[in-house]
Amino acid sequence: MMSQSSVKSKRPVKINPEAGSFKEPETAGKVVYDTKELNLWYSETHALKDVNLSFREKEVTAIIGPSGCGKSTYIKTLNRMVELVPGVRTTGEITYKGKNILDRSFKVEELRTKVGMVFQKPNPFPKSIYENIAYGPKIHGIRNKKVLDEIVERSLRGAYIWDEVKDRLNENAYGLSGGQQQRLCIARCLAIEPEVILMDEPTSALDPKSTLRIEELVQELKKEYSIIIVTHNMQQAARISDKTAFFLNGEVIEFNETNTIFTNPADSRTEDYISGRFG
Amino acid sequence: MNQVNATKMEKRMNARIRKNNLLKGVFLLATLFGLAVLAILLVRVVTQGAAWLDWDFITGRLSTSADRAGIMGAILGTMWLMVVVIPVTLIIGVGSAIYLELYAKKGKLQSFIQTNISNLAGVPSIVYGLLGLTIFSRAMGLGNAALAGGLTLSLLVLPILIVSSQEAIRAVPKYLAEASFGMGATKWQTIKNVILPASIPSILTGAILSLSRAIGETAPLTVLGIPALLIPFPEGLFDTFTALPMQIYYWTLDSSLVKEYAYLAAATIIVLLVLLFLLNSVAIFIRNKFQQRY
Repeated sequence: MMSQSSVKSKRPVKINPEAGSFKEPETAGKVVYDTKELNLWYSETHALKDVNLSFREKEVTAIIGPSGCGKSTYIKTLNRMVELVPGVRTTGEITYKGKNILDRSFKVEELRTKVGMVFQKPNPFPKSIYENIAYGPKIHGIRNKKVLDEIVERSLRGAYIWDEVKDRLNENAYGLSGGQQQRLCIARCLAIEPEVILMDEPTSALDPKSTLRIEELVQELKKEYSIIIVTHNMQQAARISDKTAFFLNGEVIEFNETNTIFTNPADSRTEDYISGRFG
Repeated sequence: MNQVNATKMEKRMNARIRKNNLLKGVFLLATLFGLAVLAILLVRVVTQGAAWLDWDFITGRLSTSADRAGIMGAILGTMWLMVVVIPVTLIIGVGSAIYLELYAKKGKLQSFIQTNISNLAGVPSIVYGLLGLTIFSRAMGLGNAALAGGLTLSLLVLPILIVSSQEAIRAVPKYLAEASFGMGATKWQTIKNVILPASIPSILTGAILSLSRAIGETAPLTVLGIPALLIPFPEGLFDTFTALPMQIYYWTLDSSLVKEYAYLAAATIIVLLVLLFLLNSVAIFIRNKFQQRY
């Protein structure tokens, strides 16, 4: 975890001719998500404008930008949670493994089984730790107690919280600290064996120590999962992500290798944002 | 230059503190007033009725002779009413609340329905009696059967239960439903596993209020022509019946003829209150079982 952020500023902005049409190396993983010309409106507000982004397997992509830039809206579009807001309209397409998820015939339930989500505020159910993890498998029809036991242990181990909770699986999840609750939510997400994990500012409600643990966890999880993380903490994006997308006023200003974004941004607005001149 | 004058502020502070204490007293008085009225009511009812309250009175049949009169018929009648009111209001009331809060598209139609439900909660109960008379007694031919009375009372309390259930559902934090949806749960799975368990305590509070209202209503039943005559015990939903509040009403009405009827009415009120208390304690028991932190 080297501190790339220290190198980022104090250098003249170079226009990188490659930046707009970023070429992937041949060795990169398969594309899981591909967004083409996505536009989104909340009633009259145009919240996302011509977004084009693609995410690859087993990579961590950070989405950064000032408040209200559309980054949370975008990540919620990826599992169609944005539809819970009344009056949302979209145009364009988002393909998940080649299928357009914005198509009306696409089953959201199936999408959300493959794509887990971790929210800004830890949101465990007011149930026991065990029941929180078993919730996902149960709604998908797994009833066998032995299988559920195994899933609970695997998921809690996967989120590195097993040792802290193994002796109190039947206690209410609200007895855990905020950081533990968030790791429990990540474990809950792992229980249904997703392929992608969306994280919407997962550490914004946590203290620095819990934040660090979540960041370490993300590094472990990327061995098995593709992770897309919204963060307003630029140091965090620099520490944990492979690629970074910078959003501003609903547009993607720049999308590139995290290293490049933080050391040699192509757009002056990216430079201004990451060097703390606004946002 | 001195915008903040310390001595003036000191003076004002005492005034503010006096006002604070004064208002505390006003609110305390308001509470005590309600308590006092309730206490007087209870004391009067108990002193008048307790002597007449014995096993024969509870299990006996109606009689014109005050000494031999019993209210088993009215107790059974009230129970049959509840057999109709409890399931009908809970199923339709909670069902409508779920639909309006979680399924209905927010729009003009939805807010029109919403306004009307809220208004219905304020319609006088005698109007519901007329509605019940038209629909259940006459059009459906139920006459003055327990089913007609029960359905009429259900209509009366439904708006109250719908509105309170809607509030209960709305109070469930959005992030809990999001967590469930986020894992691929359907709407119904989310309602069943997350929203209802979290809102059941408040829904039951609304149910207690509506049942208490239904069990004590008299006006709609008088419109339906529910008698307090010497009738056989009601054995089913289609039997003619009388209910405890009707019994209280007729006895109070006739107490100018037979003085003892007033005491019988008081004794019946005690029975009604105990019955209400029992029903409510069941609801409170269930509520506490579901009470959870979030």
